[in-house]
Amino acid sequence: MTSLLRIDRLSKLYGTSRLGGGLVPALRQVSFDIDGGEVVTLIGESGSGKTTLGRIILRLTSASSGQVSFDGQDISAYSGPRLREYYRHVQGVFQDPFSSYNPIYRADRVFELVRASYFGQLPRPRWQDKIEAALHAVALNPGDVLGRYPHQLSGGQQQRLLIARALLLDVKLLIADEIISMLDASTRVDILNLLISLKRSGLAILFITHDLSLGHYVSDRTVILRRGAVVEMGDTVEVFGHPRHPYTRNLLTAVPELHKKWRRPDAGTAADPGGGAAADPPPAASSVARRRRWPARTAQHDGALEPPPLVPVGPGHLAAESEP
Amino acid sequence: MSDVTATAPDAPEPAVAPLPGAPAAAIPLVPRRRGDLVYYALRNRKLVAGLSIEALFVLAALLGPAISPHNTTDYFLAHLPPSAQHWLGTDYFGHDVFAQLVTGLRESYLVGALGALCAALVGMALGFTAGYRGGMLDDVLQMITNIMVMIPSLVLLIVIGAYLKTRGVLFEGVFIGLTTWPWVARAVRAQTFTLRSRDFVDLARLSGRRAWSIVVRDIAPNMASYLFLVVVLLFGSSMLLAASYDFLGLGPTNTISLGTMMNQSTLWSALQLHVWWWFVPPGLVLTGMVAALLVANVGLDEVFNPKLREQ
Amino acid sequence: MSVRVEHLSIAYRTRSGDVCPVDDVSFSVADGEIMGLAGESGSGKSTLGTSLIYLDARMRCLGGMVELDGQRLPIADSRAMRPYRMTEVSLIPQYAMSALNPTRKVRQLIADLLRSHGVRDREVMAELKRRIALVGLGQDVLDRYSFELSGGMRQRVTLLISTLLDPSLLIADEVTSALDVSTQRAVGEMMMEFRDRGISKSMIVITHDLSILAQVADSILVMYAGRLAERASTGTIIEAPLHPYTQLLLASLPEVGVRYDQTTLTGIPGRPPSLANPPEGCRFRARCPFAFDRCATTPPFEEVAPGHFVACWKAAA
Repeated sequence: MTSLLRIDRLSKLYGTSRLGGGLVPALRQVSFDIDGGEVVTLIGESGSGKTTLGRIILRLTSASSGQVSFDGQDISAYSGPRLREYYRHVQGVFQDPFSSYNPIYRADRVFELVRASYFGQLPRPRWQDKIEAALHAVALNPGDVLGRYPHQLSGGQQQRLLIARALLLDVKLLIADEIISMLDASTRVDILNLLISLKRSGLAILFITHDLSLGHYVSDRTVILRRGAVVEMGDTVEVFGHPRHPYTRNLLTAVPELHKKWRRPDAGTAADPGGGAAADPPPAASSVARRRRWPARTAQHDGALEPPPLVPVGPGHLAAESEP
Repeated sequence: MSDVTATAPDAPEPAVAPLPGAPAAAIPLVPRRRGDLVYYALRNRKLVAGLSIEALFVLAALLGPAISPHNTTDYFLAHLPPSAQHWLGTDYFGHDVFAQLVTGLRESYLVGALGALCAALVGMALGFTAGYRGGMLDDVLQMITNIMVMIPSLVLLIVIGAYLKTRGVLFEGVFIGLTTWPWVARAVRAQTFTLRSRDFVDLARLSGRRAWSIVVRDIAPNMASYLFLVVVLLFGSSMLLAASYDFLGLGPTNTISLGTMMNQSTLWSALQLHVWWWFVPPGLVLTGMVAALLVANVGLDEVFNPKLREQ
Repeated sequence: MSVRVEHLSIAYRTRSGDVCPVDDVSFSVADGEIMGLAGESGSGKSTLGTSLIYLDARMRCLGGMVELDGQRLPIADSRAMRPYRMTEVSLIPQYAMSALNPTRKVRQLIADLLRSHGVRDREVMAELKRRIALVGLGQDVLDRYSFELSGGMRQRVTLLISTLLDPSLLIADEVTSALDVSTQRAVGEMMMEFRDRGISKSMIVITHDLSILAQVADSILVMYAGRLAERASTGTIIEAPLHPYTQLLLASLPEVGVRYDQTTLTGIPGRPPSLANPPEGCRFRARCPFAFDRCATTPPFEEVAPGHFVACWKAAA
């Protein structure tokens, strides 16, 4: 069975200063698949490239090399009507619910945008039915949200409305980029459960997050991204239960848990605040910073453009050899 | 697909406005509460003062020629000081100065409007295109903008003017418009860059919206206040620029304007002959018109941008 | 007692009237204690924390008292608070990472702070170097601009600057929210280390993330809709909470190890009440599964077990 989405050696490079070159790899040879009805979680910290990957899949940014295929076809050539067809099946929801709305219009304009492009022929009453069905699917009361301005809705309602918008189309794959990180704890779980019910009705979801416990709760497979390269991937329970890569192990020990205090990580990978495998990545390359800094350190932090290959370490479980 | 993609476009250079009072940033007109804007507008002293004074001038321009007891073409004794019959006296040729003033006001407003309209249309079109599309197109448009900036408009006006038998207000207005758009283009481009990276623009793209539709319906309304302020500023600067051209003798050959009045008065030694009523009123009126407009503009910026309002 | 707050109420003016994000709040923090102040958006926790050091022009103190080390803090008077800020009470505000002046090097930022409090650079230089090493930064950070540092590094610099004058009370407002998991751990451990070394005597850590508090805090104070809901030691709050809000909140947090096909987590239905028009009685009543008639009157925030305070009729019963 061909997978729904296939990402093959995807790379994205940003040039930095205009004079003197220097490339920042945001993504390095990333490859993985998503099957229909599957929830894949993409875990990465800031600078890992996870948002860039989501944007490339949504054709909001272009890749430097590599290929993204949907239903077996390369999406990079799409434009105009073919791109609109693609968006019928692949949609996205982003981190900040409020900024996805144009503040000068009412919130349900997001539905109108979809109607104008895809359902122009549909008579009004049938369109209304469609909207109400989508709102019920996300557990929103139409009376509570239709006709309101975005600032009159709560974060949870805004996010649900955006998911409902995606459901108006024929989505097969939803890219959910940190969609609950800006919501309150008590509403997060409801949105998560909504995603699960959508998955049960056949929707595939790429759940992008930095929160490991969310990833574990909701996903079938996990891909762990670090500085643009995949360091470990596989079945969620397997990866979380038997992490092989030191970075994964470090992440798991650093997660704050309610009933366990932070424990010292495994020998050989001390979690020191200043550096090491779990050090926070360097700031976004600014041309000033680049020109002033020590070239040796730059090269080390950039990581090689060719990341170490992934080797199987368990059933359906791949991990990369550690990078320096 | 190239191997290396350029970075996000550089931070846009600050647009150098032709006059002080240029608005700082785009503030969307979010309808928090109906009548909010009006409430603040009525309470902003600068706006109210500026608009009132401007309204006086507009009134003078509209009604002036009707209420003026004389026409601009009537001849009287020359160099008569202001009196009950001639409210602002007469000039060297014996024409009534007040009649010229109110006629000139109209022409100044007309040129101002024309210049602002042209500059706004061209500048916005190029600014939105460059800001939204980015990339090669942006580079090309930037180049064109820079070339336009370098061309000295005064010299251009002299050269073109030499080939025309007569110059009218229309020509002057369009000329000013076509030479002052670079500032508008840069300002609009800068704001468009900022707005383009917002999530709601991404969402519009994901909904299959076409580029021009996104610019017109999503981006422009979010900079509506900014665009409005830019147009007002253009209006003022066009009037001032036209007056300068007129003063140098490059103005319309077939009408009277405030600038031509000052030009004539200088040519005919009004200053030396102490005929102050010929050149002081047009200068004062011009200053007043433009100043009131700019003060109102600053006030309007405060109304739109809550952060500027003094507590 | 290091910090004592009694019946504190803060209001701010809006076009639709007064809003009280802090309504009759009383608690105390002991010397050397790290207290977590937990709550969701709209609970008033940020306002409570920042009011202890600074009240901006829109806010005013409606009543109550704040005492630090036996001395009354004149929080209502901004000018009178000046000598206390940074020296006795210090704040790491939300978005502190972005609040560092990008046009000045870190060294200059520190010098500015010291100068404004009449302290000579030389006196604190040695200590400063020690602290820089303590937070895990290199000495070269002094010569960097803020934009050259990563998020975690900036947060550490902010921590450093805020504690430079050894304040008795450090208030940290959502300092870990925007950070990656490993940096969160580093910053959390650093705050504990600062307390252990006596650099600051007590801390109030404001966050919505109970799991961070479980690691870092000695006791937790839960706020809901401007009022206090529960206060107890961390262990008690996590293992045996009494207030329904705390219980539901804990039940909605996914832990590593929990999956949807084994346990379904549930959130709390509804939304917190608007502070502009708060309901009568217990503010959690509309969303509480245990609400009964008595909840129409406001339950008092009282001690039901040693060190354990709850504002709930059911829990007090």
